[in-house]
Amino acid sequence: MSLDLICPAGSLVSLKAAIDNGADAVYMGFRDNTNARAFPGLNFDAAQAAEGLRYAHERGRKVLLALNTYPQSDTWTRWTGAVDQAAKLGMDAVILADPGLMRYAVRHYPNLRLHLSVQGSATSYEAVNFYREHFGIQRAVLPRVLSLPQVENVVKHTGVEIELFGFGGLCVMVEGRCLLSSYCTGESPNSAGVCSPAKAVQWKDTPAGLESRLNGVLLDRYGKDEKAGYPTLCKGRFDVGGETYYAIEEPTSLNTLDLLPEMLKIGIAAIKIEGRQRSPAYVAQVTKVWRAAIDAVKKDAAGFKPAPAWQAELNKLSEGQSHTLGAYHRPWK
Amino acid sequence: MNLSLGPLLYYWSRDDVLAFYDEAKRWPVTRVYLGESVCSRRHLLRLPDWLAVAEQLAAAGKEVALSTQTLIESESDLKTLRRIVGDGRFLVEANEWGAVRLLSEAGVPFVAGPTLNVYNPETLDVLAGLGAQRWLPPVEVTRTALASLLERAPAGMETEIFAYGRLPLAYSARCFTARHYNLPKDDCQFRCLDHPDGLPLATREGAPFLTLNGIQTQSAGVYNLIGELPALRQLGIASLRLSPQSRHMGRVVEAFRAALAGEDNAADALARIMPGPPVDGYWHGRAGLEYGTQQPC
Repeated sequence: MSLDLICPAGSLVSLKAAIDNGADAVYMGFRDNTNARAFPGLNFDAAQAAEGLRYAHERGRKVLLALNTYPQSDTWTRWTGAVDQAAKLGMDAVILADPGLMRYAVRHYPNLRLHLSVQGSATSYEAVNFYREHFGIQRAVLPRVLSLPQVENVVKHTGVEIELFGFGGLCVMVEGRCLLSSYCTGESPNSAGVCSPAKAVQWKDTPAGLESRLNGVLLDRYGKDEKAGYPTLCKGRFDVGGETYYAIEEPTSLNTLDLLPEMLKIGIAAIKIEGRQRSPAYVAQVTKVWRAAIDAVKKDAAGFKPAPAWQAELNKLSEGQSHTLGAYHRPWK
Repeated sequence: MNLSLGPLLYYWSRDDVLAFYDEAKRWPVTRVYLGESVCSRRHLLRLPDWLAVAEQLAAAGKEVALSTQTLIESESDLKTLRRIVGDGRFLVEANEWGAVRLLSEAGVPFVAGPTLNVYNPETLDVLAGLGAQRWLPPVEVTRTALASLLERAPAGMETEIFAYGRLPLAYSARCFTARHYNLPKDDCQFRCLDHPDGLPLATREGAPFLTLNGIQTQSAGVYNLIGELPALRQLGIASLRLSPQSRHMGRVVEAFRAALAGEDNAADALARIMPGPPVDGYWHGRAGLEYGTQQPC
């Protein structure tokens, strides 16, 4: 198996859009904070999940369930209940971050396939192999922090399949190791399944420009000709040493189309597209482009060149209409 | 309940580091955590130097632990990690699960650091089975969540909590200090040396918000649980971690010692020397940057 295309399903409509446009697998979450996109109106109840599984399996595709937040002590059974539900529904794999929950899954459902979530923050083969030895994980999603040679080194030293993020919103921090959102709002991806939650966002037109705030903290101020993006905390403009700039990261998206031949060569098992919170139309368009690109690189890796039409299509969909190779490309660091 | 001196999170000159730990020998801290846990490019003290400091502190009667790097990226990072685990003279604090693997394979007891993301007793039990004898909750832990976890904590497990200092909030492959100076990370010119307490980041209306410390992002506010000692005692916390700052660290330790001894005015003495606005929102289940009922931002 190599370069499977894993697409986001925030709803049944998105799931079908992904499958119809060539996703090898989709990933989804239940409708609560057991997954890292716990947004209002998003995700699946049991009946919808069953319908999604039926739709995917009839077409020979897979469904993965993200249970990738960290269970809290007093609500532990919500997470174990979700594992029970996943096994009962016949999910093709569950994507977990918490070792305690992995142990529960292995003990109760030894045949349930486990993937290590990006929220597990495993950036070395020693960490990846830890989860394999103790919980039998079969795939790990790596945080978006390693360069491609570093990724290759992980692949060489583990029997675990490696999945990489290929496209979509870009976390500049190590996933699972970022508490900026809870520092500002009280809710983090680890504990609440959200980053920069919409309920904490305020927009205000002022004489100085349009202001975006998160729980009262000014994240950015936009001039007349500037396009305002969603106020994700790390993509605001701040003052450091008397300069105002994107001190942490620009509002940009990850796009690794250019790196596909190298990813194929080093043996990457799967490419993940971010965006369960995006629209079905977005999912359809992105899936279509990536399906074509992966088919092309598998057919002729040496002659692979991303079609200008693909890049144009993806750029239209990207946050801030720009894209980056992120940490895979060393100078980004 | 006793005091621990957390690992130095900033990059200081060799002389400053050695002078700091020379003074620390006389501070009323039971345990000192040593080593570079933030950035592999920081090399003014290498592992043999840290081990020498460790020997001196141990000779002065301190318990010593070596803190491992939180973000492991390269084979050379792993090499350092293996040398720390292989040395065997000192207790090790594991700050990611690769270190946990090596320590459990070596069959030695260890400290489970705050970035292992222990949010429930089941995960703590996994760690206990692997050899953890002490653990730290994530810095975002609330009092209520910690109480709930500790009701079912494995027997004999000691709890240490981050109780004072700027909160380490995030880690990245990118160096934000180098970015500030328009330098590539590989040629950062070690600009962290110019910022012994990190590089302050404020909002566009001048409110202190975060602190850039190389690849680590910290809070601008200084976390302070000195007013929570009764609650911490009630929870059975074994140790309070005080995170090093470049000035007045001896007085910070002294304030906590005095507070533990029940002396009046310790909190006031501490408030006068804190290098930033106080925050304690996490402990009370609110946004981390909040304090009491007010927001510093």
